[in-house]
Formats: sequence, C-alpha cells, structure tokens
Amino acid sequence: MAQVTLTVNGKQRTAEVEPRMLLVHFLREQLMLTGTHVGCDTSQCGACTVLVDGRSAKACTLFAVQADGSEVTTIEGLADGDALHPLQDGFWEEHGLQCGYCTPGMIMSAVNLLNDNPAPSEAEIRHGLDGNFCRCTGYQHIVNAVQHAAGTASKE
Amino acid sequence: MIPSAFEYERATSVDDAIAKLAATGGTGKLIAGGHSLVPLMKLRLNEPTTLIDIARISALVGIRERDGLIEIGAGTVHHDVATSALLGAQCPVVSDTAATIGDPQVRNRGTIGGSLAHADPAADYPAMLLAVDAQIHLQGAGGPRVVAAEDFFQDLFTVDLGPDEIITAVRFAPVRAAAYAKLYQRASRFAIVGVAAALEVTDGAISAARVGLTGALSSAVRLSGVETALVGQPATAATVATAATGAGAALSDVSADLHASEAYRRAMVSVFTKRALEGALARLSA
Ligand SMILES: Cc1cc2nc3c(=O)[nH]c(=O)nc-3n(C[C@H](O)[C@H](O)[C@H](O)COP(=O)(O)OP(=O)(O)OC[C@H]3O[C@@H](n4cnc5c(N)ncnc54)[C@H](O)[C@@H]3O)c2cc1C
Ligand code: FES
Ligand code: FES
Repeated sequence: MAQVTLTVNGKQRTAEVEPRMLLVHFLREQLMLTGTHVGCDTSQCGACTVLVDGRSAKACTLFAVQADGSEVTTIEGLADGDALHPLQDGFWEEHGLQCGYCTPGMIMSAVNLLNDNPAPSEAEIRHGLDGNFCRCTGYQHIVNAVQHAAGTASKE
Repeated sequence: MIPSAFEYERATSVDDAIAKLAATGGTGKLIAGGHSLVPLMKLRLNEPTTLIDIARISALVGIRERDGLIEIGAGTVHHDVATSALLGAQCPVVSDTAATIGDPQVRNRGTIGGSLAHADPAADYPAMLLAVDAQIHLQGAGGPRVVAAEDFFQDLFTVDLGPDEIITAVRFAPVRAAAYAKLYQRASRFAIVGVAAALEVTDGAISAARVGLTGALSSAVRLSGVETALVGQPATAATVATAATGAGAALSDVSADLHASEAYRRAMVSVFTKRALEGALARLSA
C-alpha cells in the first residue's frame, strides 16, 4: 500500500491505496465522486477526463500514486454553489447532451481547451475535443455549448 | 481492467532512477507519462514488479538551445513540444509532429522519451527525428552514451536501449525547411503512414535531403532511394513529385492490418512523401 495526498476540488484528501489503483477508481470508489465516468477503460473515449494540475488527463490511464501531490479537478468541482460553471451553463442552454454519459469528460476537456484558447473557432473546438467520444449527439450541440460558454456563438 | 500488483517508487534524479531500476534486477520499469505502459499493464501484456516514476525529475523536462543545437528533455510532454515558441521559430517540423499525436489528454501526459523507448511502429516522433538527424542521449550505470536516431530504431518495439539505461534527451540542429505529413488512423489517431522530410538547398538545388517514414514497416526508416533522387536536383515541385512517385513501391515487408492493406499503405507512402516534401519546399520560401 502507498499513502497518497491529493487536493481534489480544493480539498486535501489523504488515503492508503494500492499502487495499481487507477485515479478514476480512486475518485469514484474511494472519494465517491462518481461524476467522472468510465466509458472504454482503454484510453480512447475521454469519459474519465479530469484536470490534473490544471491539464486534462484520462483518469483511466493514470495511477492514483502518479497524481500524489497534485491538484485534481473533477466535474463536481466546477460549479460555485448553485451557480453553474459557464461550460455547464452552455451544455444546459444549448442542449449539449442526450444520455449524458460523455458529458463530464466532455466538459473537463472543454475547460482545458478554453484555458488554452478562450475564443476558439469551430474547427479548434472540434480539434480540442478529439479525445472525447459521444455516441448520442452528433457533436453539433456540444460545439454550440462550448461556443456559448466562450461567448463565440454566431448569432443567427 | 486491473493490472497485476506492483511496487511504486518515485525517482528524484536521473542517477536515482538508474539505481532504482538496477535494483529491480530487470523486473522493474520506468514510467513517464504512462500512456503506452499503463494500457499494456491493464491488458497484463506487461507486468513489472516495480514502477519507477521519472515524471517529476525536473532535469528531464524542457526545451532549450545548447551548443547551437536544440535539446528536448526526455520527460517533456507532447503538448509542450507542440506549443514551444523556440521550436515554432527554428524547427517547426518538431512542434508540428507533436501536435499530431493522439488527442489533447494524451499530449498533456505522454513524453518524447516514452515514445522513443516504446517505439510503436506507428509512432510519429521516430520519422521526424530521422529527418532532423537527431541524436538520442542515454545514461546508464556505465555513464552517458549518444546514439544517432538512425541506429536507435531497430525493429518492432525494439531500440538500442539497455535494460538499465534511461533516455535523457534528444538533440538536433534546427532545420527550417522540413515538414511532417500524416495519414491518421481515425480512431486512435496513430499514423497509418507518416512521413517527415527535411531539405537543404544551395543556389536553388537540393544539396541534402532526409526523409523519415513511420507506420508502414515494423520500425521507422529513412527512405534513402527518395533522398538520392532529390540530391542535386532543382528545388521544385516537379522534382519532389518525381522523387516521391516510387517511394511506396520500393519498400519491402510493408505492414497490412484492418486499417490499411499493404497495397494501400504503399500508395499512401508515395502520396505522403510528396506532401511532406512539398511542405518542406513551402518552408524554404516562408
Ligand atoms: C489514445 C492514445 C492515442 C495515442 N496516439 C498516438 C499517436 O497518434 N502518435 C504517437 O506517436 N503516439 C500516440 N500515443 C502514444 C503516446 O504518444 C505515448 O505518450 C508514448 O508512446 C509514450 O510516452 P509516455 O511518456 O506515456 O511513456 P510510458 O507509457 O510512461 O512509457 C513507455 C515505455 O517507455 C519507457 N520509458 C519512458 N520514459 C523513458 C525514458 N526517459 N528512458 C527510457 N525508457 C523510458 C517505459 O519504461 C515504458 O517501457 C497514443 C496513446 C494513447 C493512449
Ligand atoms: S474511460 Fe478513460 S478514456 Fe475511456
Ligand atoms: S450524450 Fe450520450 S454519449 Fe454523449
């Protein structure tokens, strides 16, 4: 067993974990933060995306011990009380989801994208979400949601 | 999918990593970004008894100029290579290549050293490092060692790297007239075919050419036939079109898989060789 201390959504959390415990399982099963999903478990789909030290990462491809000492932000850490994060608001307003399975990962990737590029073009949004799959929406409403959050939605 | 159990240690320096690796007697493995190793461990294709984490060794991270060359630390993540202002200004083929790797999450964690050590036959960096004629710097218990990229990539997942050695950096002289052209496997975004080309031009004629290929064979190789056909010729679109034409047909042991047949790969080698050379030519005038 190894001891890890992570700051998760601003709160310091210390735990004993097996080194082979994936970060996504640590978040979901130890901290009960079940907003982060497991879609493929093979590093492809992005449903497990969280921020580690401010950068998007697939939590199914990272052992919790590798993140020891890091700051982790999950979907649960975005809203400020009842006030939605602009990206959550964008997904709400633009109907950026159907089943919602991909949504937490999609939003965390979009946070990474807007941190790097606050006013992305449509092509840059699609490219910035390369690591996230959605089986439902056909992506257009997700792009609209990110544009809504960035304030770049074209007025029709 | 849960990997086999292992011990985890974090290395504080390159020497510490080498000592910790040696202490496992060949059963341990270094982990950097984990974006090749963790998937293999989940499938239990790789079951190290100990993982030695080198991701926080600061001496391994960064991109800098040194002795007229550019040095990229082995622990530098793909995102930092892709967005480097130094590379963008002096050797844009390197940042362009990094930007094609995987997706943003992969680029945030995966490192150049990990990509080279793993040597996936469809990895992007190897082709580019052949084109810029990079040197790969290694360190082991016996001291440092330098291997030319051309000698480093040997076969499928096989490179010139001892069991107790660590890649510390890659170095190369910056080349402006160089470009990378990639046919993406649409799901994984690995290269079905990837070609990097670098040209030197004197008085309008091509004086040197290096072309690296990934994705089509068991490991990355230089396309020496194409290089020979370019040297001494005028630096024009017609020259590169002629030189690229037979690039695919000249290869033996071309891979075939569910993404691309052998014949399709051969055809695409020629197409992407031409595109990479055109990209290099375009940078001559830029
Ligand atoms: C979804 C997905 C898509 C991808 N797409 C692409 C792509 O399009 N193109 C591409 O090129 N790659 C792609 N990759 C692979 C990615 O680039 C990996 O980051 C890279 O191959 C390995 O780097 P790493 O730092 O993650 O290495 P790790 O996984 O940590 O290590 C890989 C191997 O290298 C060894 N190692 C690591 N660092 C060193 C070192 N400094 N010295 C000696 N040995 C070392 C380890 O022991 C291990 O054997 C993709 C990966 C994923 C998960
Ligand atoms: S669950 Fe991690 S990428 Fe799909
Ligand atoms: S909304 Fe169902 S997978 Fe995206």
